[in-house]
Amino acid sequence: MHNKSITELAADLRAGDYSSVELTQYFLDRIQRMDAGLNSFVTVCSDEALSAAQAADRQLQAGQGGLLTGIPIAHKDIFCTKGIRTTCGSKMLENFISPYDATVVTRLKAAGVVNLGKTNMDEFAMGSSNETSYYGPVRNPWDTETVPGGSSGGSAACVAARLAPAATGTDTGGSIRQPAALCGITGLKPTYGRVSRYGMIAFASSLDQAGPMTTSAADAAILLQAMAGFDERDSTSADQPVPDYSAGLEDDLTGLKIGLPKEYFGEGLDDAVAKSVEEAIAEYRKLGAEVIEISLPNTHLAVPTYYVVAPAECSSNLSRFDGVRYGHRCEDPKDLEDLYKRSRAEGFGDEVKRRILIGTYALSAGYYDAYYLKAQKIRHLISDDFTQAFKQVDVIMGPTAPDTGFRIGERAGDPVSMYLSDIYTIAVNLAGLPGISIPAAPANGKPAGLQIIGNYFAEAKLLNVAHRLQMATDYHKAAPANLGQ
Amino acid sequence: MQWETVIGLEIHAQLATKSKIFSGASTAYGAEPNTQACNVDLGMPGVLPVLNREAVCMAVKFGVAIGAKVAPRSVFARKNYFYPDLPKGYQISQMELPIVGVGKLTINLGDGESKVIGITRAHLEEDAGKSLHEDFHGMTGIDLNRAGTPLLEIVSEPDMSSAVEAVAYAKKIHALVRYIEICDGNMAEGSFRCDANVSVRPKGQEKLGTRAELKNLNSFRFLEKAINLEVERQIDIIESGGKVAQETRLYDADRNETRSMRSKEEANDYRYFPDPDLLPVELDDAFIDAIRETLPELPDEKRQRFEADYVLSQQDAVVLTASRELADYYEAVVATAQTDPKIAANWVSGELAAALNKEAVDVVNSPVTAELLAGLLKRIADQTISGKIAKQVFEAMWQGEGDADAVIEAKGLKQITDSGAIEKLVDDVVTTNPKQAEQYRSGKDKLFGFFVGQVMKETKGKANPQQVNELLKKRLAQD
Repeated sequence: MHNKSITELAADLRAGDYSSVELTQYFLDRIQRMDAGLNSFVTVCSDEALSAAQAADRQLQAGQGGLLTGIPIAHKDIFCTKGIRTTCGSKMLENFISPYDATVVTRLKAAGVVNLGKTNMDEFAMGSSNETSYYGPVRNPWDTETVPGGSSGGSAACVAARLAPAATGTDTGGSIRQPAALCGITGLKPTYGRVSRYGMIAFASSLDQAGPMTTSAADAAILLQAMAGFDERDSTSADQPVPDYSAGLEDDLTGLKIGLPKEYFGEGLDDAVAKSVEEAIAEYRKLGAEVIEISLPNTHLAVPTYYVVAPAECSSNLSRFDGVRYGHRCEDPKDLEDLYKRSRAEGFGDEVKRRILIGTYALSAGYYDAYYLKAQKIRHLISDDFTQAFKQVDVIMGPTAPDTGFRIGERAGDPVSMYLSDIYTIAVNLAGLPGISIPAAPANGKPAGLQIIGNYFAEAKLLNVAHRLQMATDYHKAAPANLGQ
Repeated sequence: MQWETVIGLEIHAQLATKSKIFSGASTAYGAEPNTQACNVDLGMPGVLPVLNREAVCMAVKFGVAIGAKVAPRSVFARKNYFYPDLPKGYQISQMELPIVGVGKLTINLGDGESKVIGITRAHLEEDAGKSLHEDFHGMTGIDLNRAGTPLLEIVSEPDMSSAVEAVAYAKKIHALVRYIEICDGNMAEGSFRCDANVSVRPKGQEKLGTRAELKNLNSFRFLEKAINLEVERQIDIIESGGKVAQETRLYDADRNETRSMRSKEEANDYRYFPDPDLLPVELDDAFIDAIRETLPELPDEKRQRFEADYVLSQQDAVVLTASRELADYYEAVVATAQTDPKIAANWVSGELAAALNKEAVDVVNSPVTAELLAGLLKRIADQTISGKIAKQVFEAMWQGEGDADAVIEAKGLKQITDSGAIEKLVDDVVTTNPKQAEQYRSGKDKLFGFFVGQVMKETKGKANPQQVNELLKKRLAQD
């Protein structure tokens, strides 16, 4: 059951092969049996899941509902869920129970999904290895001594281990795509504004975007269909019609122009990963695509630009965690300043503090122009690179991450080497473009990701291109060993 | 040394929208603490602001009313600082690109004098909540009902040179925002708040002195007092060899003093940056023109029309147009009474204004309606009663004793115009006071008033004063 796609599960539910309650219980059992070794969930909500499954079963019996009715999924613990603890991977929100649902949660609920629980993540989505979580690191199901990537590491690991058929994630600099690559699953970061950010705890508002994490592009299309769309509660969400993402999945790729940025294949890229990516691109040639070398000349500026913009926004976004209204409050504060200082010192972990400090500095009087304003200008240059490229090509391809899952602890003391994990994904967020990571051939026996970047609102094209590879190859079907039955 | 005062005002006008600037919660005043604060106002994790269109319209309305350039593109920025009643740890405001640019306002200083005060900018922002320090036994209570209430911050140039001018400017802005119905102007409830930047410099010096910012000026009277106090304080400091510190000072009305709140060194670095949760506000000319079309007659236009149409002095016209409601009342009185507009002006700005003021009643709730006052003025005009008796009638009407005719009838206040009757009274008074008559005739003119008074006393003020004067003069001229 756990290796089935959403389409297959939906057909089985409709055929009455099993009920949503049985399906839900099946995945809850898997989580209970297998997650201790992975730590991909922060909160499992069995009761809520089973009662939602019952409701779904009633709908299905009445011949109602849609493709997602009764399908269990997991939510990254960054999405506010009414009545269910939402920690954002932080001690700060250890006991925070949201009074409302995020729009993504509301929409998926309306589509009939069953929420199995909340997945582990880097604290406040700041990290590329899931080691910054207050709730402990997540382990990569392919090799539990290695990291699953981050920040949506819990979502990636639980989908890779088939503890949930699909999960939601968020991506600020690569947080869906990089863990998807490291865990051998499909992860889509939509165009900025395609999915509402309302109720998604903000890290860097101008970069954050939610998306689906699944075992296939076809499943990603189904999930995105339910998640996407204008939301009047999010002023930055796009008031544009949502196309049918599944309709063109199988469209022929003859004549598709694929751009390969030379900057994505240079120094720093692991040889085995490069080989996997090249192999996938060779498959596209077979499918009739034309491959063109392109240049994104400002690529080297993406990481430094991101590490000004994202911390600047996070330093402000995280100010609300002050111990006054909700979240962690220190014991016996002696005055207001003490309340602020100790609540935040105790509630936030090191990486979060580091970024708040960097961001506060970058916005300070006298430094604003040199850092924040400069970074905004470079951001435009990076966007322009893509605009130029999309005049020549339909999609851009390259590796998602420079290497495969590294060992837990290996980079924890070296933030810069950790930041470079996102070297190929960050520019996409800075430009606000959609990008998808799909499994390529394993590199030295470990998952490696192919990243496909599209033009604004070209999610349907990305899913089509991704799906055609998944029709032609079985890369995405590879699953970690010892998955159990 | 001759000193010169330089004043600039920052006025926060609370916009009269139904809901908050970035959420759907109500802005009504006086609800139980924290009952009008939704998830957005509480700064819950994950919430996002959505701009209230009406707040934008109101800001634009103000912009076109002062002839300012309304920005085709304005940007919201975050002002970052920690305070318990600031739920998000930042206030959403506008910094580099405010919605309203440079404009100006003419203030009238009496005697036909006027002065143009520059307005630097006006920008939209959200209000913070309130910290309540009483009743919490050493702790602080937070009420977030006010958090997210839309404010228009109107910043003037340092163009005012006295407390009188500052008050005239503040009153003019107050009248304007009420005229265009973007703010209820209630200073006691904090809907209209003034901060004053005050500095002094030797007369003739170009360089500005160091300024102090005065806060907590929640009435025009306090504004005037606080500025005058501050000017004295600064002159004293400089004259005794000291230096004025740049700081924020709080006005204490109970002690009538200002005291230091924080110095420049303690001031926050607010780390302003454009709010990534909100799109820039882009307004085209058609939108701005459509709002311009909705403007009512503005105070200056109305004042000029009053001066021309009703032949009033500038001072009278300024008083009568101070609020739209008072002006409407006045015009209704004139239209109904069809009498001398000047007399109507005297009554509205005199007797009526005094009564309203004394009883703290708004003109729209006046027990003496425009119709009632017009009825009274008619009786003065047709000499049924004298102006003096009319005050008694007004008082009775204020107490709800009916219209002018009913009061005159019930109290028997109808004027005595029968010259025969008055002549007899005059004769009696002169005859019974021979000594005074003697003195009057020998040149003590002032005693004329004594005789008028005696006649009026006899008639309880009802005798027609002109007739009394005439007949008394005639009678006293006889031996």
